[in-house]
Amino acid sequence: MPLSSTMIPIATQTLTVNAGTITFSSIPQNYTDLVLVSVFGASVGMDIHVRFNGDNNNNYSTNRLFGNGSAAYVSRADDSGIQPRTSVNQAATVTTILKENIMNYTNTTIYKPVIGRYDYSGQVETHAGLWRSTAAITSVSMVSLGQAFVTGSTFTIYGIKAA
Amino acid sequence: MGSISLKTKSKSNNLTAPGDVDLGAMIPIATSTVGAGGVATVTFSDIPQNYEHLQIRFISRNTRGSNTLDAIGIRANADSANNYANHRIYGAGATVTGTGEITVNRITISHAPASTGAGANAFGSGIVDILDYKNTNKNKTIKSLGGYDDSTQSNGIVGLYSGVWLSTTAINSLTIVSTDGTGFSQYSSFALYGIKIAGA
Repeated sequence: MPLSSTMIPIATQTLTVNAGTITFSSIPQNYTDLVLVSVFGASVGMDIHVRFNGDNNNNYSTNRLFGNGSAAYVSRADDSGIQPRTSVNQAATVTTILKENIMNYTNTTIYKPVIGRYDYSGQVETHAGLWRSTAAITSVSMVSLGQAFVTGSTFTIYGIKAA
Repeated sequence: MGSISLKTKSKSNNLTAPGDVDLGAMIPIATSTVGAGGVATVTFSDIPQNYEHLQIRFISRNTRGSNTLDAIGIRANADSANNYANHRIYGAGATVTGTGEITVNRITISHAPASTGAGANAFGSGIVDILDYKNTNKNKTIKSLGGYDDSTQSNGIVGLYSGVWLSTTAINSLTIVSTDGTGFSQYSSFALYGIKIAGA
């Protein structure tokens, strides 16, 4: 039987024009976790929501811990997506990194926990979120409300297998 | 036609023959998923000694009476004596906290919602790195990113955790414990991986 790697790149999107939404659909159901790695830029005030299965209702909540060079802060949001802290002083060039770990995404018994990092030159941030659904995740969208992801932004989703 | 044997290798530029398979640097070692009734602890034993680092990726819901949350700890080689120290910075509600402990019997690696106080179906998650785990010349460092949100309680925690096991012994087992509670609920799941370095 062929052997395979543990962390498998499922798909990558690189923007050739600005876009407000990136979607990975028809995600295979044969991994344990998903990892979404995004490197992008956008204008000041970017408000990112990570959504699953096209659900844009207020079925998500996120705890955020962040520092901006002078102090540490915490905040929490109930919103229409996993919502890292809204950016400030963010560059329009491709300098921001968002990494989301979407755990046990095929489990149809539990709500889906997400843990991630959202960092750029003006901020270090980590967050833990929850999508209140027991549905298996078949699509992942990154939505930037108000400001689009700029050309050159890249988005890759990986699958991670457990033993 | 003769058969082709598979040779597993982790170094992509070392694939030299048909049938060679590149497994990459991250290898799944074992997974423990908690069944009905829950468990008190989760242990990975007989950990192979041929990796550079270990990583545990988990989801967890703890059992702790009527509390809404519990801390998760980790121990090495079944050492439950006070041979650990740890620090963490975490945010909960509207408060950022930095704290640490010395002379404790585990390293705190995350917090998780706890039944029966937490909202239904809420689980926490985390990623734990156990660095240079088989090096017998230094104490062992463990760091993690973990947390949860329990939407129905409008609370949660997210934090960065690190700690040390004050032993130069190679790690051959890891035990995950509920710090203040009694264990882990059904569907909690812990997956252990080995991480290789180049040339390994």
